[in-house]
Amino acid sequence: MTATLERLPLLVRDWITGFFPEPVRWLVSGLLAIVAILAVFGLYFAYLTLAERKFLGRFQNRPGPNRTGPFGLLQPFADAVKALTKEDIVPQAADKLLHFLAPCLVVAFGLISFAVIPFGRYLIPVDLDAAVLYFFAAGVSSELALFMAGWASHNKYSMISAMRALAQLISYELPLLLAVVPVIMLSGTLSTSKIVVAQGGWTFGIIPHWNVLTPWGFAGFFIFMIAAVAETNRSPFDLPEAESELIAGHLTEYSGFKYALFFMAEYFGMSALCGLGVTLFLGGWQAPIDILQVVPSYVWFMVKLSCVIFCLMWVRATLLRLRIDQLTRLAWKFLVPLGLINLGNAAFWHLSADWSGPLQIVRWAISAAVIVIPFVLIGRTLSSGLAPRTYRYAT
Amino acid sequence: MQNEPTSSAPGLAGTPANSSFDILHSPLGSPQQGASVREVNDPFHGDLLEVSMGPHHPSTHGVFRMVATLDGEIIVKLKPVFGYLHRNHEKLGENTTYLASMPYTDRLDYLAGMTNNWAYALAVEKLSGQVATERAEYVRVIVGEMMRIVNHCCLVGFLFNDLGTSFTPLLYAFREREKFLDLFEELTGTRMMYNYQRFGGCRVDPTPEWLAKAKALIDGFPRFLDEYEQFLTGNEIMLARTQGVGRLSPELAINAGITGPVLRATGVGYDIRKVDGYGVYPRFDFRVPIGDHGDTYDRYMMRILEMRESVKILQQAFRDLPAGPIIDPKAKNRGLRPKAGEAYGRIEGPKGEIGFYLISDGSTNPYRYRVRPPSFINLTVLEDMCLGHSVADAVVILGSIDIVLGEVDR
Repeated sequence: MTATLERLPLLVRDWITGFFPEPVRWLVSGLLAIVAILAVFGLYFAYLTLAERKFLGRFQNRPGPNRTGPFGLLQPFADAVKALTKEDIVPQAADKLLHFLAPCLVVAFGLISFAVIPFGRYLIPVDLDAAVLYFFAAGVSSELALFMAGWASHNKYSMISAMRALAQLISYELPLLLAVVPVIMLSGTLSTSKIVVAQGGWTFGIIPHWNVLTPWGFAGFFIFMIAAVAETNRSPFDLPEAESELIAGHLTEYSGFKYALFFMAEYFGMSALCGLGVTLFLGGWQAPIDILQVVPSYVWFMVKLSCVIFCLMWVRATLLRLRIDQLTRLAWKFLVPLGLINLGNAAFWHLSADWSGPLQIVRWAISAAVIVIPFVLIGRTLSSGLAPRTYRYAT
Repeated sequence: MQNEPTSSAPGLAGTPANSSFDILHSPLGSPQQGASVREVNDPFHGDLLEVSMGPHHPSTHGVFRMVATLDGEIIVKLKPVFGYLHRNHEKLGENTTYLASMPYTDRLDYLAGMTNNWAYALAVEKLSGQVATERAEYVRVIVGEMMRIVNHCCLVGFLFNDLGTSFTPLLYAFREREKFLDLFEELTGTRMMYNYQRFGGCRVDPTPEWLAKAKALIDGFPRFLDEYEQFLTGNEIMLARTQGVGRLSPELAINAGITGPVLRATGVGYDIRKVDGYGVYPRFDFRVPIGDHGDTYDRYMMRILEMRESVKILQQAFRDLPAGPIIDPKAKNRGLRPKAGEAYGRIEGPKGEIGFYLISDGSTNPYRYRVRPPSFINLTVLEDMCLGHSVADAVVILGSIDIVLGEVDR
């Protein structure tokens, strides 16, 4: 039963490809993977927007959208109809070609990142050997599309936003990669599916061997998630589209469906990056407890992905936006040094792999100290001089 | 591009010229001093970018416009432009009777109508030699201080919105504001345009039930403030974004005629409730908080601390509220013809000194009707506070001044 459920997507694929002659089956199989990603993540995106609005509403002491269908469940479709029927305005001064190309590219680059994420034990669209490298190459390209949008709009706000986007993305690409390198060091592979397999197994059947449950892995996950929030332009790092300063940033001159495409790309990018985070640090499709393996692996992946995305929504509802100089300073002076230290930490963890018995505790203590002490020290120096004040009263 | 900055010091005394903009060595917080305006003969001089923020921009608090000249993201010149909401308020005042002007004053600072009513009533009472009854004076203090809390709730919420939260603090502040507006609605019939004050008293007498409800609300209010402050005042991003941003020196503040919390944040303990002691304010025990740095954080804290003081005043007012008529039975409201002369009535509004200057020629209409709007005058130092800071800070500084365009443009 479990095995059947686990293999269900493959069975469906084999059933459909069975209708086609042998020479084109590889092509049909590839196209089916694309269709599945588009359908599943298209729907996931639609309900993610609804979930975000609902959660934000609850965080903000209001119900959120609840007029369209039961509990507002049809809201995404109403939004889609609205976006499709709105007039598409292209500014006269805009670079028409780039203005059109930017939303297409940003969605395309957001989507191709999904190709290397293992969604389940047997579900990985393309099992590349250099999957992590591929993922980051695709991720960086989408920043290009954002700059294209800002430049092509020929609007000052869009221009400032595009400059901000580049500064931010270049700054945070580095900590993002530095957070990932220890995982590659420890599992010895760039292939995402092998990284997930390396995280399999449980101690006593309840404690999974996920990377996040080691000191270097926790620090890596921490750095990765901060950088991921910045990479996907979400609050508190949503400077490129800071609505209180730059109206809508690079989206200012976009309307109708093109705007919706940017919106979609943001959520695709967020899902893909969080998916990578789940893959690298949270054990991918591995079940958290041994006996829970009866639940198919792809369900576990989506559950973990949704939990991580929920945390991002929580952060968005809670935190204030940083200023651009503070943002880059946080990357270069805090996350990059921490990432480098974490690299050494991972190397230590690798070398001490054969320590056993009481030495295990020493290994944990050293590894935790190596990352916590710099965290506290660098954090203190960065925030020195800032404190709540006490006030006098006039007589 | 044609707005080349000059090499001389940019502004008035408040902005230190040529202090280095040490962006690398300042802590996570903001540059501690305003940055210098770049010299024109700088070999690396690039183009300056002129950005017109407003009149329809999400965070200019209405139809305000700032023409900002940017060097990268740093503001080197900022020209406030207003008048988009001009509606001839002062001329209207000259063409209507004294009483008929009362509802118009609500539309000045539409977030704090009660205090506008009160200042206008005070001016006319001075002009016509009428005195409000004692109960009315207490009720005026009650509604006035409640109005101050409502206004500061709005300000603090919108300030956090400008700082980039996705509406969360704003909506929590608005939840509290809503409770006050419900009370005002019950008392006056409207939520924002109260038309409540009359010459010699107030329009309707608050019932004992209303007073009990108001007292319960006020008694619970400090809990909300504690919760709000617990989450937001010590937030590290909040500190980094506001401390040292938009400094205003006390000298410049006094020279420019700044009043209200913006002035007190610079360390000048000037509060008209204490200075003039109008109404029954001398009978209350309250303190006037003052800041030391005059930056955005101080301006934010002034509002929080003033709300706490307002709660104290309100509790005393509820305790001491005397019985008696709410309006002087002999008070003349309709067909009022004051003797020829002039009068200036002012009170400490939530945003600063709100004053009305009236000249009477003995007819039913004032000969001259002039408003001293606090947000308009506080806005005059915007450029001096913004120079050397980034666009993001300019938005926050504007938010911390607390302007309402209905009052700025009149």
